[in-house]
Amino acid sequence: MNLTLRIWRQRNAQERGSLVSYEAKDISPDMSFLEMLDVVNERLIAKGEEPVAFDHDCREGICGMCSLVINGLAHGGRRATTTCQLHMRHFKDGDVITVEPWRSRAFPVVRDLVVDRTAFDRVIHAGGFVSSNAGGAPDANALPVPRDDAEKAMDAAACIGCGACVASCPNGSAMLFVAAKVSHLAHLPQGHPERAQRVLGMVHQMDLEGFGNCTNHTECEAVCPKEVSISHIAKMNREFIRASVLEA
Amino acid sequence: MKLESKVPSGPIESKWDKRRNEMRLVNPANKRRYRVIVVGSGLAGGAAAATLGEMGYRVDCFCFQDSPRRAHSIAAQGGINAAKNYQNDGDSVYRLFYDTMKGGDFRSREGNVYRLAQLSAAIIDQCVAMGVPFAREYGGQLANRSFGGAQVSRTFYARGQTGQQLLLGVYAELCRQIAAKTVTMHPRTEMQELVVVDGHAKGIVTRDLVTGAIETFAADAVVLATGGYAPVFYLSTNAMGNNVTAIYRAYRKGALFANPCFTQIHPTCIPVTGEHQSKLTLMSESLRNDGRIWVPKRAGDKRDPRQVPEEDRDYYLERIYPAYGNLAARDVSSRAAKRMCDEGKGVGPGGLGVYLDFSDAIKRLGEGVIRERYGNLFDMYERITGEDAYQVPMRIYPAVHYAMGGLWVDYDLMSNVPGLFVLGEANFSDHGANRLGASALMQGLADGYFVIPYTLSNYLAGQKYGAVAASRPEFRQAGEEAQERIRKLLSVKGKRSVTSFHRELGKVLWEHCGMERSRGGLTKALEIVPAIREEFWENVKVTGGAKELNPELEKAGRVADFLDLAELICHDALAREESCGCHLRAEYQTEEGEAKRNDKDYCFVSAWEHKGPGQKPVLQKEPLEFETVHLAERSYK
Repeated sequence: MNLTLRIWRQRNAQERGSLVSYEAKDISPDMSFLEMLDVVNERLIAKGEEPVAFDHDCREGICGMCSLVINGLAHGGRRATTTCQLHMRHFKDGDVITVEPWRSRAFPVVRDLVVDRTAFDRVIHAGGFVSSNAGGAPDANALPVPRDDAEKAMDAAACIGCGACVASCPNGSAMLFVAAKVSHLAHLPQGHPERAQRVLGMVHQMDLEGFGNCTNHTECEAVCPKEVSISHIAKMNREFIRASVLEA
Repeated sequence: MKLESKVPSGPIESKWDKRRNEMRLVNPANKRRYRVIVVGSGLAGGAAAATLGEMGYRVDCFCFQDSPRRAHSIAAQGGINAAKNYQNDGDSVYRLFYDTMKGGDFRSREGNVYRLAQLSAAIIDQCVAMGVPFAREYGGQLANRSFGGAQVSRTFYARGQTGQQLLLGVYAELCRQIAAKTVTMHPRTEMQELVVVDGHAKGIVTRDLVTGAIETFAADAVVLATGGYAPVFYLSTNAMGNNVTAIYRAYRKGALFANPCFTQIHPTCIPVTGEHQSKLTLMSESLRNDGRIWVPKRAGDKRDPRQVPEEDRDYYLERIYPAYGNLAARDVSSRAAKRMCDEGKGVGPGGLGVYLDFSDAIKRLGEGVIRERYGNLFDMYERITGEDAYQVPMRIYPAVHYAMGGLWVDYDLMSNVPGLFVLGEANFSDHGANRLGASALMQGLADGYFVIPYTLSNYLAGQKYGAVAASRPEFRQAGEEAQERIRKLLSVKGKRSVTSFHRELGKVLWEHCGMERSRGGLTKALEIVPAIREEFWENVKVTGGAKELNPELEKAGRVADFLDLAELICHDALAREESCGCHLRAEYQTEEGEAKRNDKDYCFVSAWEHKGPGQKPVLQKEPLEFETVHLAERSYK
């Protein structure tokens, strides 16, 4: 099939960017979206033009490196699908496809479609862990964990840290990302000793990074490639209130 | 050169204790004076950096991704083995050790493998303590499953995302140390050169992938945990960024490269759809627990699989290997699939595929159970192929998945270059000629959490901290080498893209050094590969500049190393005139097409020594001595 792409080109964080049109001809429906971009890039290289920079690595939907807002939707808007797993069979011959980077104050553009997501790392630094040094752990079965709790923890822990939640939120909120980690560890007994300082620290850092707040648009849940539920945001809010009361 | 494995003497059960008791320790007050470089942030590198940070060392950790949470350990699906015997099914440290030795076709080092099995239980304890949400039973106990090639249930898992959950656990611990300022993280930074001073590894040269700045870092020791080099085949199940660069450049500085031709082919991947294919996706081997593998009995049978009656189907693994059936070892299953396709019985576009059919399991257990066990894998299959595997059998084909080969290390995981430690997939030590399923995660974490803290301290205790500064001429020289390579790549200004060379190389390697190797094919590959390399350096077109984010330049540097590595792989495959594990030499097989090992002449580790550009590498041998296991023919029949 033949497509027209409108791709965001921006040389670096300082310069202004703009949408540039490219014709993508003879695209196979079996290609993934990134393979389609590979083909476009190979043709740009052949013409001596600079290829489009985009983040990607595992190409199997788990590393969280790929991003892209496709026709206004983070990861292209197919249920539970990252950009790398989105296939061209979902587009039609003649489509015009707009491709932009994640847009959020907390995720500055590095180049073209590549953004800086280190703000997420700094939120985890602020408490998204269990302090347990290697070497002294008790037997893994010493502390039984009810199956439902383990499953709920796993539902939250499935987050791949891609940032689609932020990119799709009108407030640029990272609540779903932060809540996923808070909720994961709040559902497990191993996470309890530090639960208060964890949620306070992470929410504080989230605010410092310039992420917005949640006003229940639920766009984050709709685009999340791992289908992390906004119920985890409710869980985080409860954890936050609990911790605030305890602190006071 | 004499290769000293330094495996301690004495009974196998007490070798590691003995070694630990002999090791020197670093005084707690002195630890913060030692600097350690860790390259890579996956299970091995991340665990090493976090643990060394916890111990009080000053650690600099590097990764090429935008965050350490992206490392490719994250993609492991199936699980992690541990000799916990929670299922009371007769498992033990010895059995895990023996299975790993046998799976590796007796081409790994006994002492290392036994230690791995010993440490496996503590890994699970550690992971649970850091909040990894492993699957559990209703009573709250950890759940297990049996996994490719094992007759006990010793695999722990977190749905189909075990690697992700373990890596995120390690990442969390790493973040804790970054916050505590014991670890400085350098994301989007790629190692360019190893710096060797007076024979010891004392630093690295890096390129900042955003600004292009070349920088040097001095340290008291260097740890490489940079993963595997499967993308030398272009198409593999690995991430696009996985590469050999860090360990290959260390090889050029004197580190020996061991068993480079031991590359694992995984039997259950989604088949290729066309020339545009950029990577292959693995479907977890756990699918083989319930799926049945078959091809039509008649070559060229193009019927819809649902229309092929039982009597026209060949469940070839169940037929040829009745004891293991669909769970036969990875290389055995892979070759069997290839043989079926070579006979014209392959299915799907291009005839390069076999069916993995769940209809019997769905009849037996109900769709709900299958959905619960493998739902995410079926979803993934649907996303990629557009087919519903609950209705139509999956199509699978083997693909390159893992590199058992890597830098040579001794029992302490130190290479022949003192101060250079190599962990995880980047070393060669534990999996011999083939790796068992669910053992890569185990090795990464064992190396990072429980081996390197001891062995690195032992090395550092004999070194004066901060003895070497980045002002030494060796650093300047290594920095210039890195600059020069980049300048050279950018100045070719030829006509062909980097990817076109990579794809061409991959095809040659897959054809002549893939599932089956022969003298003729390897000799041919050894003529073609240098020709591709020659053209690469005369005709490659690398767009963009050196002082900016330039993914083409990154790729070019990695492909240049793959071109060199491919030749080394073929030399190794040619020199090993036997079949073992993943390495099937057409000349050395039984009448039924099974691998024929030659223990008399090839019971050794091949460790290759770099002799300079354009020179043939020299083979050093570390004889493998077996005190505990008897060399048995590996039969899965």
